[in-house]
Amino acid sequence: MFDLTPQDMQAIWLSIKVAFGATLIATPLGFAVAYVLAFSRLPGKALLEGLVNLPLVLPPVVVGYLLLLLFGRAGYLGRVLAFVDIRIIFTLAGAVVASAVVGFPLLVRAIRIGMEGIDTNSLQAARTLGASWWDTLLTITLPLSGRAVLAGMTMMFARSLGEFGATIILAGNIPGVTQTIPLAIYEYTNTPGGDTMAMNLCLVSIVLSFGVLLLSEAATRTLRRN
Amino acid sequence: MELEVEIEKQNGAFRFAASFSLSARRCGIFGPSGSGKSTLMHLVAGLQKPDRGTIRLAGKILFDSTARINVAPEKRRIGVVFQHAHLFPHMNVRSNLFYGWQRTDEAARRIAPDALIKVLNLGHLLDRGIDRLSGGERQRVALGRTVLACPQLILMDEPLTGLDRELKYQIIPYLQKVFAEFAIPLLFISHSLREMRLMTDEVLVFREGLLQGRMTTEELARSSMTAAGYTNMLNLGRPRMSGDLWAYRWGKNELVLTEQGESDDDLFELDAREIVLFKRHPEATSARNLLTCRVKGLFGVNNRVGVELACGDQTLVAQIVPDAVRELAIEPGAEVVAAIKASSFRRLH
Repeated sequence: MFDLTPQDMQAIWLSIKVAFGATLIATPLGFAVAYVLAFSRLPGKALLEGLVNLPLVLPPVVVGYLLLLLFGRAGYLGRVLAFVDIRIIFTLAGAVVASAVVGFPLLVRAIRIGMEGIDTNSLQAARTLGASWWDTLLTITLPLSGRAVLAGMTMMFARSLGEFGATIILAGNIPGVTQTIPLAIYEYTNTPGGDTMAMNLCLVSIVLSFGVLLLSEAATRTLRRN
Repeated sequence: MELEVEIEKQNGAFRFAASFSLSARRCGIFGPSGSGKSTLMHLVAGLQKPDRGTIRLAGKILFDSTARINVAPEKRRIGVVFQHAHLFPHMNVRSNLFYGWQRTDEAARRIAPDALIKVLNLGHLLDRGIDRLSGGERQRVALGRTVLACPQLILMDEPLTGLDRELKYQIIPYLQKVFAEFAIPLLFISHSLREMRLMTDEVLVFREGLLQGRMTTEELARSSMTAAGYTNMLNLGRPRMSGDLWAYRWGKNELVLTEQGESDDDLFELDAREIVLFKRHPEATSARNLLTCRVKGLFGVNNRVGVELACGDQTLVAQIVPDAVRELAIEPGAEVVAAIKASSFRRLH
């Protein structure tokens, strides 16, 4: 049944790489943004919140197109990156960026909910006991939001595995370079007689996503026990 | 240890301003809720920034708005015990206790952890998770955690308010012992006059964000006689059976009570209104305690008069009305007999 071609294997491997890359890049930034949203009293907080959540409500295609404008050869960031010889569009890096941006709101939301459950007085208590801001972050805030960070990373990882719209615009659908599982399935459905192949990849996709959820559940339980 | 404060802070519509300097070992900040007590605590600890002014502790500047100095809370060496324990939920009792200790310079570690753990009776709880502690145990751990950081000053923000009556009076002896034994200056914040009298010698009274006055705790208790009555607090030692009742030594006197104490150092309350004064010794009375006393002084608040009595080597305050003062010709130096019922005493701890 699992009759996968080498190209399918490549797509699976690429999907995993993209999901890992996107999650790893987004997590530190997501933690920082969640911290600001949960604890700070900045005047522009509502604006920041809206901006962070925008990819959640925009069609991924729109996000992909905006990223294409930003990272394209004439784009604001694209020109800067061209100086150091980095190309984002139609590369693996592009797929990672697209996934990271689209999954970011889910990550931030999960971490923020966890952080809002932390008793701010115990953070103040840590400061008065001689812990600096960084010390408090590492010994109190981070351990207490560990489960939420893990939950956010899982959501982000799973979302990245399924990312399609933004990826196809920013990174294209190049087999072996940017063709992840959803893009490969899309191509099969457009090929006469590709139904079985598409179904195979669908099953792989289900198994992968379900595996991620199970792993995360197990990790959460371990964290809770400690 | 001297704390010098001169600060202002605007919080929305609430304005806080205070200017004082303190050097007593056990000081209180007294006032109703909304009087700015907690604001003061946050400002002194560095958890909030004043708009203007200066804060100095033992000569060291902690905050100065003109010189733009604002020492971070972790560098102030001011400990805080909050209304609720706010322990770290992911650590056991031991890790909570030593959190501050580990962050204190070795030279500054002047508290012996073993001695403190013994005083607070926490030895058997060290490896326990904090979700398996009772309310009183949590507050003891919070106190121990703060003391072990070896602060120069400890601020306690209504530390007894969240506890029920019984727990409260179980904790107070621990508090008194810790502050007596480890000689740490204390700034005790509370709206309870009784707690003030147990924990402090001097108080600053706040109302609506402003410092209203400063007095000894005894003066505060006497000045609020009309509203709350005056309560005598008596430390009585171990009792002996005396018929159906319990006899206690109180200085050179002996008092007979209906209630049995439980330790060597029980604290009892006696409402000043429950003391009846006689000009001459009444030969027979149902009151079990008749003490011959000398009047030391009188203080009046509205139409009540507090009579300060010297009973042997102890002092007692009785509350009567001006007419009684005239009829009994009570004046400093006069001799009176105070009658107190055995059931008038209420045990606090």
